[in-house]
Formats: sequence, structure tokens, C-alpha cells
Amino acid sequence: MAAHGAHPPGFAHQFETVTQQREAGTLGMWVFLVTEILFFGGMFTSYIIYRSLHLQSFIQGSHELIVRYGATNTAVLIFSSLTMALAIRTAQTGKSKGQIIFWLILTMILGASFIAIKLRFEWYRDYVEGLIPGVSWLDGGTHTPGVKMFMCFYFFMTGLHALHMVVGLGILTVLVIMTARNKFSSQYYAPLEISGLYWHFVDIVWIFLFPLLYLIGGRY
Amino acid sequence: MGLIQSGLGSLAAMIPLQPPAASTTAAGIDNLYLVLSGITAFFTVLIFSIIFVFMIKYRRRSDDEKSAATHTPLAVELTWTIIPSLICAVLFVWSAALYVQNGRPPASSTEIFVIGKQWMWHLQHSEGPREIDELHVAVGVPVKLTMTSQDVIHDFYIPAFRVKKDVLPGRFTSLWFQPTEVGTYHLFCAQYCGTNHSEMIGWIYVMTPTDYAAWLAGGEKTESLAQQGERLFTQFGCNSCHTGDATAHAPSLAGLYGKPQKMANGETRIVDESLISQAILVPNSVHLPSYQAIMPTYQGQIDSDQMVRLIAYVKSMSSEERNGK
Amino acid sequence: MSTATADLHDAPAEPGVNYLNASYGIRSWLLTFDHKRIGLLYLASITIMFVVGGVAAMLMRIHLIEPQGALFEPETYNKMFSTHGIIMVFFFLVPSIPATLGNFLIPLMIGARDVAFPKLNLMSWYIFITGAALALYATLSGGVDTGWTFYPPYSSHYSATNVTIVALGVFVAGFSSILTGLNFIVTIHKMRAPGMTWFRLPLFIWAMYATSLIFVLGTPVIAITLFLLGLERVLHVGIFDPAVGGDPLLFQHLFWFYSHPAVYIMILPGMGVVSELITAFSRKKIFGYSFVAFSSLSIAVISFIVWGHHMFVTGQSIYAGLVFSVLSFLVAIPSAVKVFNWTATLYRGSISYEAPMLYALGFIGLFTIGGLTGLFLASLATDVHLNGTYFIVAHFHYIMVGGAVMAYLGGIHYWWPKISGRMYPDLWARISAAIIFLGFNLTFFPQFMLGYLGMPRRYAVYPAEFQVLNVMSSAGASILGIGYVIPLVYLIWSMRYGPVAGPNPWKAKGLEWTIPSPPPTENFEEIPIVTEDAYNYPVAEAHKYPDAPGVARV
Repeated sequence: MAAHGAHPPGFAHQFETVTQQREAGTLGMWVFLVTEILFFGGMFTSYIIYRSLHLQSFIQGSHELIVRYGATNTAVLIFSSLTMALAIRTAQTGKSKGQIIFWLILTMILGASFIAIKLRFEWYRDYVEGLIPGVSWLDGGTHTPGVKMFMCFYFFMTGLHALHMVVGLGILTVLVIMTARNKFSSQYYAPLEISGLYWHFVDIVWIFLFPLLYLIGGRY
Repeated sequence: MGLIQSGLGSLAAMIPLQPPAASTTAAGIDNLYLVLSGITAFFTVLIFSIIFVFMIKYRRRSDDEKSAATHTPLAVELTWTIIPSLICAVLFVWSAALYVQNGRPPASSTEIFVIGKQWMWHLQHSEGPREIDELHVAVGVPVKLTMTSQDVIHDFYIPAFRVKKDVLPGRFTSLWFQPTEVGTYHLFCAQYCGTNHSEMIGWIYVMTPTDYAAWLAGGEKTESLAQQGERLFTQFGCNSCHTGDATAHAPSLAGLYGKPQKMANGETRIVDESLISQAILVPNSVHLPSYQAIMPTYQGQIDSDQMVRLIAYVKSMSSEERNGK
Repeated sequence: MSTATADLHDAPAEPGVNYLNASYGIRSWLLTFDHKRIGLLYLASITIMFVVGGVAAMLMRIHLIEPQGALFEPETYNKMFSTHGIIMVFFFLVPSIPATLGNFLIPLMIGARDVAFPKLNLMSWYIFITGAALALYATLSGGVDTGWTFYPPYSSHYSATNVTIVALGVFVAGFSSILTGLNFIVTIHKMRAPGMTWFRLPLFIWAMYATSLIFVLGTPVIAITLFLLGLERVLHVGIFDPAVGGDPLLFQHLFWFYSHPAVYIMILPGMGVVSELITAFSRKKIFGYSFVAFSSLSIAVISFIVWGHHMFVTGQSIYAGLVFSVLSFLVAIPSAVKVFNWTATLYRGSISYEAPMLYALGFIGLFTIGGLTGLFLASLATDVHLNGTYFIVAHFHYIMVGGAVMAYLGGIHYWWPKISGRMYPDLWARISAAIIFLGFNLTFFPQFMLGYLGMPRRYAVYPAEFQVLNVMSSAGASILGIGYVIPLVYLIWSMRYGPVAGPNPWKAKGLEWTIPSPPPTENFEEIPIVTEDAYNYPVAEAHKYPDAPGVARV
């Protein structure tokens, strides 16, 4: 047992050892991600059912989306997962806090870019064109009830995802502050790792969303 | 003694144990119910008695008394796992067989359309008469109900016949029964549907065939359901596209009902009431192979009463007819 | 021998200092991270919700004395039964044992100082309170009349009541469940004391673990379902609206995908409690430990694949009906196994009849009836007749009230000395247990009969021929209500005036009984090292019991 008085930074007293704490934290994050899978899963299931029932409408609706923005965002997020992993690696190898913060901030910039691209080039355009059900929907032409259903799913799913991104940005902010306050070292960087799991999960959800929403029906 | 007997007798009269059994399928369900009750009673009494005996025999007699050691022979665990499993297997098979059998209406069934709406039932005979919250039928004649809702989910329940089925908006469900006893029986809505759910009730009148024929003939003269549907077919302009010609933009409807229809995504659906109503109300969701999406939607223009008439008309179009009528 | 690594652990326990008096003041309770205090915060909150739901039930039963309704217009009655269901399911039954007894006991039973994430634990409580406040606000400011099942299109396009607010309240409370389940899973995996292997865990822990699996896997689905329903109601977009190609049955599938496992959330912890009570009050090791443990896990798993039995009369395909029917029969088997194992535990035990044991025995009897009546509903042919009637109402009340609530009360009584340091008056406790048992049966047995006769549920008015059974049921409900009020009175009384209880008034096995009553904040002075199985009660010599033919040797 560790000698009395040797409290590693961040040690929580309900645990007996640092190892126990780290394992508990990691397991906790994995269990949380499982709940997130079930949460998004309900929507994905509904999406799959309606897509098979209304395929033509979904193809039509998908063609209202702009693939190059979705593809750019996919690249942005994948790259942000890389920078996040590098932040963790930097901490693991005992580099300076400045370097850790560099990668964290880069991750945040990429995440923010994702949201900015969505808002400015996609959602704002959808708003102007009357493609947001319940907010700015305009009937007529290609805006059939089936397309309205598709756009519902598009906004519900990408909206929920964007919300998770924003939460992720909040978490990253907290991590930056913690790093700046010297909380982490090569011995202790569990919060970075656990937050990394969350960030990668949000990335993976997008990897599923992109083809399901943007690439239906082919058009090339 | 006689007093007790008559007391119990009147108590029994006040508390009936089962509803009247007035359809061909009721007895089968009642038998299964009886067996299930017997199994429930048996295991309840078994567990209660064993516990009762143990409670007395093994009550603690002194505070330092010790219990016997616990051994868990696998044979015991397997026995009381396997025996209930076998009982359940038998019950499942018996019940499933009944259910499947009871799900098949005889081909000779009289067809009646039912529309549920907050908070009443419209029952529409094919010959034309319409009833509200009441249904007259002949004893011994099978009846098939094809049902839809105008608004929310309802449920059509006749306890005496042991039949029940949800009634859904936007599609049709069906149930059938064959009454065996002349009489008057409850009709209930059994899916909560809003404020007056408990008042969406009515009566089923089972009559002798002669009385039924008299009842059918006695009301005010109306056209048959299909004839009314034909007039609506013209009124709503359906005949302008569905002319029955090979050159028409819209498919011919003659002889279509009941046939399998291939859809654009490769799946095959039977042309039933639900598909027809879907095609009229949400045409863009019915993707035929030559999908062109030019049929206008009649959502909000055709209510359920009109819908059943149109469907009756489509059903009536035999394959010999061309050009509508 | 020192096992401690932090100040908290090293401080020698001051005599007389326990988790209740270690600090005073509202802030020390509202900002506590101590799992025991959080358990009590939950206890207070869910008791309030139980009273609200119970008052609704009382008013309903009084109303139903008359065929034309004795108290309300149908609109108000509909709000009553909806409130009763929503509050009782989401704000009482689902949290009841897990959030109160689970929070309090899990660390104690496994030999830990707290749960894995104490701050998350407190946050769970605040989330629960927020959800409950939203639901109460919705109830008091106009009510909801959709039933706890919220079926569209009624709930999305037709009901003019506070559906969205209540759905939001349930959505929020769902996150409380998810975080509690997460906490318990990690705690049980990672914080067991040395020597506490999985198969030495008390069965209450196995039951809580299985429950937590359902919390974590099922609750997110109801969250997304209610979220979609709320959006549908507010934005009129058409996911469940047939007019634009939506499907009201999709809602039912999504809803029941959670709500069926949810009923196992409501009963599994009770089964765990009963395992503890039966062993403690017969001073005997459980019969078939691993069978009981694995039955909890199998119930949790199978519970996810039976939801379609709520939809047998919706017009779904015959094949779906067959599959869900056979699986629903399957899920009954592990429950039956438990009942047999509990009964066999009594055999050659040394049995005493304090109130907790009476509740446990009552549970076994009433759960047996409730569970067996489930077979009527798993069976396709009979379910057609019984669905949507009072038979269903009787079935689930036998399990939820005759089962879960009795187990909850039994557990509260059993662990009350540990929680409060005081004993309650056992005579009053036994009297109320008897009143509850009698009142309960009088309330709900007539409802089985009403269901078979054809009386549909959720009816504000009913045909006169059903009146006698309804009056019997209402009479029973009054008795039941009295039975519930009495423990409230004497338990509160005992907190101040009850005799002081020692560490182990029941002479039971279990780590929670090795520490003082009430426990110190840090639970254990030293983390114990576990060397024995659960329920390792001392065993009698062979000669104390006469030989009987076919009896297992001692």
C-alpha cells in the first residue's frame, strides 16, 4: 500500500489505489459510451425503418444536402481525433504542459470549425431555403412530405450530434485549464484519456451519420 | 344452511365469473383460461402450503438455534427448471395454435367496415346501412370487421366473443367472429383514446337470420357501400386518371384488390385496405416500379367514412370491367 | 495491517460519530458526497412522490365506487390515472430500491468506502429532483391525460394537456437512472474488498448489478423516444403521424423496448432484497446461490427481447406474435427458479417472524400469483381477450405492489437499524404488514375477475354490472392506504424515540452488519478482507435434526 501522505494529484479518497481509480474511471466512461450508443441507437433504428419504407423520399432529401461540406467535416473530425490522441500521447510521454495545451487547443479549433461549417454553410442555407421542418419549412417542389420526414431525421440526428460536440468542447476547455494548472503528468493523465474516449465516440457517430445522411442513392 | 346457500347464491349472482360465451372461438379461449387458472391455483397453493408448513415446522425455538446446512443438488434445480419449462412449452403451443386458427376468417364472412373516431363507432354494412355504436348481425354467420380510425388509436373489443383488435389511423386492421347465441353483448373501446374513452361503448345485437334479414330490409333504402364509393370515385376525380385505359397515367384498379403488387424497392405487398388508403392519402409513400409521384394527395379531404366506400368500390371492380363505369 | 492511504481512512473513528451526526446543517446534506446521505435524500424524495401517486390512486378508487363515477368528470379522472402511472412508475418504482437501499448498501456490502463516483451520485439526485419537479409542476398546472404510455397520435396531436413538460420531466429523470446504473456497475466491478469475489457477493448485489445493466441499456431508448415525441408535439413533423407517412406503432415499439425491461428494473432489486431477508430470518445459506445469481442476469438479458407482448392486438404480424410469446414464456422461468430457491432455503432453517420476514414471505406469495398471471398474457389466445382490461392492471399491481413495494418495505424495515441506529416497534410493523397484505389482496384480486369479465382499463365510467367488484376493490384500497400510513408514522417516531440498535440486531451475516449502526462516514475503519461465502451462517450438528426419508444429509 502507498505510504500515508503520498497522495498522487487528483486521487479520490473513495478508492484504495490510483490504479483502482484509473480503472474505475475508464470503465465508467466506457459504460457511459454504451448508453450513448443506445441513445443514438433509438434514432438510428427509426431512421433505418423509415428509410426502408420511404427510400425514394430519403434519396430526394439526401440530394438536398451538400456532400462536400459533409465530407470536409468528416475529415475535420478525423483529424481532430488525431490531435486529441496526440495530446494524450504528449502527456503520457511527460512533455511540457505547453505542448499538451497546443494539441488540445488544435482539437478545439477543429471541433469549432466543424460546428462553424455546419452552421454557416449548411444549416443557415437550409434555413434560407425553407428546409428546416418546424422552423422554416417551405412546401412545394422538391419539398415533399417525405423529404420533410428525411429532413426531420437529418436535423434531429446531426443536431444531437452537434450538441455532443459542444459538450465536448466544454470538456476540452476544462482540460486546458487543468493542464495549465499543472494537474497532469506522465503519472497521471486519466482525465485526458477518458475525455479522449468521449471525443473519439463523437467522431465515430459522425462517421456513421455522414454516409447514412449524405450519401444515399448515389449521384456520381 | 339454506340461508348460507342462498346468500352465497346471490353473491355468486352478483359476482359473475365469466362473460357470456357467444362465439365459436369463446369456448376454446375459456378452456385455456381455465387451465391457466388451474396451474396458477396449483402453484400458488403449493408454494403457500409449503411455506406455511416450513413456517411452523422450522420456527426458531431458541435464539442460539442453528439451521441445517444447505446442499443444492443439481437434480433439484434442474427439476424445477425443466418442469415449468415444459408446462410453458405446452401452454405456448396450445395458445399459439388457437391464436393462429382464430386469426383466419372463413371465406364466406360477411364484411363490415368499422370506423373508430373520438368517441363513437361507425359500423358500415356492405349493403349500405350504417350504424352508430351498434351492430346487428345474424347468429351462426361469420362476420369479418375491417377497421380504421379517423383520429387516434382505438380498440374494438367484444368480451362475449373474446375478440379484440386495435383500430389505427392510416391503416386497416381486421378481426372476425361467428356468433353462436342470440342476444345483446357489450362493445367496448379498449385502447385509451382521450376524454370520453369510457363512453365509446355500444351493443352487438345477434339476431336470428330471419330477424336479421328483416332488420336489413327494414331500414331506409340506401345504396350499397360500393355504389356509394363509385359516386365518390367520380366526385373526387379519381376516374379522370384511373380510367382503366392502358394509356392512362394511373394504373387500372380493376381486379387489383387482394393481388400481390411489386414495389420499387423489390418488396411485394398485397393490395389490401391499408395499401389502398395509403395510396390515396400519402401517395408519395407508395413507390410502384414506375414511380412518377404525380398522384395528388387527398390527405384531409377524404375522411374515413368516405375512404371505406372508395375501398369497397375498388374491391368490387372485377377483372372483366374496363374503363370504370 | 494498515490499508489506508488517505487522511480520511487514517483518522481513528471517534465513538459516537457516524454519518448522520458527522456534520450538521442543510448544506452538509445538500452538498454531501456520502452515498449513505444521498440514499436518504432519495428516500425522502421518493416518499413524497409515493404519497402524490398514492393520493391519486385513492381518489381514483373512490371515484370508481359508482358506475357513473363518484368524484370527477372523465377529463379529470383521465388526468388522475395518468398522474398515478407516471409518478409511480418513473418517480417511485424505478428509483425506489436502487436509489435508496442500493445507494446506501452497495458500498457497505462489498466492503468499499463509497461508490466509484460520489459526485456523480449527488448529481444524479439533483437530476432526479429536477425531473420530479417538472412532473409535479405539470400535474399541478393542469395535468396530463395521456396515460403513462403516451401513445401517439393522441399524445402528439390531440391531447391538450401538459404532455411536453411531463415528457421532459421523465426524460430528465431518466438520466438520473442512467448515471446511478453506471455508478453501480463500476462500483461493483472495481471496488470490491480483497477476497470479495463475484461468487461471494450477497445476492442483493447481483440483483443490483443486473438492474444496473437494464438502467444503462434501456433508459437511453425511452429518453430518445420521449425526445422524439416532444419534437413531434411541438414541431408537428410527422415521425409518428400517419398523415405524413409516420407510424404510431413505431412509438409503441420504441416505448416498450425500454418499458418492458423497466418493469424488471422495478422487480429485480426487490428480488435481491428478498434473498437477503429470507437468509437472514431463517439464518441459513441460500439454496442454489449461483442459480439465483444467474437468474437475475438472465432476467435482465431476456427482458430486452419480449417487448412485443404489449402489442399482440395492434395488428402486428402473426410471426412477431409467436416469437414474442415464446420469449415471454421463457422469461418466466428464471423467476420461477428464484421462488423455488427461496422456498427451499426455508427448509430446515431457523425461522423468525419479524416484520421484514413477513414482507419477504408476502412478496413470495404475491409475486407467485402475479408472475403466474403473466402466463395468461404471454399466451397469445388469452391475451387477445385480456389485453386492455383490468386483468392487466391486476397483474402488474400484484408484481409492482404485492411484489416490489412489499420488498421495498421489507428492506427498509430490515436495514432501518443500520440506517438510523434505532429500532422501530415490531408489533406495529407486523400489524401493518398484515394490513397491507389483506388490503392489497382485497384491492387487486377482484380486478382479475373484472378483467376477465371484460371491463376495460382507464375507464372513468363503467357498466353497472361491474359495480360490486369495483366496490370491493375500493374497500381494499382504503385498507391498503391505512397500512401504508402506519409505517410512515412509526419509522419517523423511531428516529427519535426508538430503542438504540446495536451493530447487528438481527444477528445476520453480511459486511454491513460488521460496522456500527449508524455507520461512520467512511464505512470501515479498515477495509475488510473477505474469506467466507455469503450467508455463512453457523450450521447445526447432525443429531439436532431427526432423520427423515429422502432428506439431504446435513
